[in-house]
Amino acid sequence: MENFEPVIVAFCCHYCAYTAADMAGSMRLSYPANVKIVRVPCSGKVDTIHMMKALEKGADGVMVAGCLEGDCHFKSGNTKAARRVVFVKKLLEEIGIEAERLAMFTMSAGMGTRFAQVAGEFTEQIRKLGPNPVRAGLKARKAAEKVA
Amino acid sequence: MITAERKPLAEIIDSIDAYKRILLVGCNECVTVCAAGGRKEVATLASALQMDFMKRGKHIDIREMTLERQCDPEYVEQLAPYIDQVDAVISMACGCGVQEVVRRFKAKRVYPAVNTKFMGASERPGVWAERCHGCGNCLLGLTGGICPIARCSKSLMNGPCGGSSKGKCEVSSEIDCVWQLIWDRLKELGIQDRYEDVIMAKDWSTERGGGPRKIVREDLAQ
Repeated sequence: MENFEPVIVAFCCHYCAYTAADMAGSMRLSYPANVKIVRVPCSGKVDTIHMMKALEKGADGVMVAGCLEGDCHFKSGNTKAARRVVFVKKLLEEIGIEAERLAMFTMSAGMGTRFAQVAGEFTEQIRKLGPNPVRAGLKARKAAEKVA
Repeated sequence: MITAERKPLAEIIDSIDAYKRILLVGCNECVTVCAAGGRKEVATLASALQMDFMKRGKHIDIREMTLERQCDPEYVEQLAPYIDQVDAVISMACGCGVQEVVRRFKAKRVYPAVNTKFMGASERPGVWAERCHGCGNCLLGLTGGICPIARCSKSLMNGPCGGSSKGKCEVSSEIDCVWQLIWDRLKELGIQDRYEDVIMAKDWSTERGGGPRKIVREDLAQ
């Protein structure tokens, strides 16, 4: 647990959060290397299954980062994503996985500082939660596959 | 379409907990449209089940399949090559689909993953409402195209009742009084005199009163 380094998958909208992450880099702001960015054309592109699969494959936390309210390049992708995040959170609760492992954030392309701050805070939140409980099963399965 | 809602995960997990290999079968028709049991929902449920099992240090193999129509034997047959490789089947189709799988693969345990609800229509994205009761003798021509059987809480054919208030039903303020809707519609069409026509007592034998129903088209039946 002491050496636990969480893996965070961040689905970032091309028009805002991805550019904000880029800007964080340009501003020489550091954010944890735990955050693995997946660029998407819009946060509305992030489907239920993408969030579920990330967690199923062992990610400890999943971020969906989209545009500020009213600023979506495709009008309503970010609000759809936010509703989908709520849906998946409920699903996670049903199977006893902490809903806090999934979160939606909004920002504009110019908010490099906010991206770095959010990435840092979310990583710390997941670090406190500990490893994704699914990981134990993943290890057991890999071990079983090796034996087979 | 036939509408459905996914069962609570705890109930689904409980039904398959003893198995190691599962065939999870969705349907591309009604349950896809009402976002209860199509390809996406199959994938989501498979992922949720997988996570639940892994969390408990258990292992389960889930094969996902979504048939074009689970209520037709031609499509159900597509499960045949895989059925012996699994311990049980979970169906995300309506009750008709579940029973077709049971009828074809009698030796296999089949569990429903959705609760089949009603015949309905999409009011707006994400909202489905009951529209037809399948009474077997359509009255829509008499009521301006709005069904009092499906949409009146009492299925009154000569309404409204005393529970109608400001256009709403006494059962819930969320439910429109269908007889208010019918009256508004008749007025819109300029045929409000039709409201005076008494609809005679309905023969419920064409509904469930006559027992389970069947349609036989002699020209098509084999």
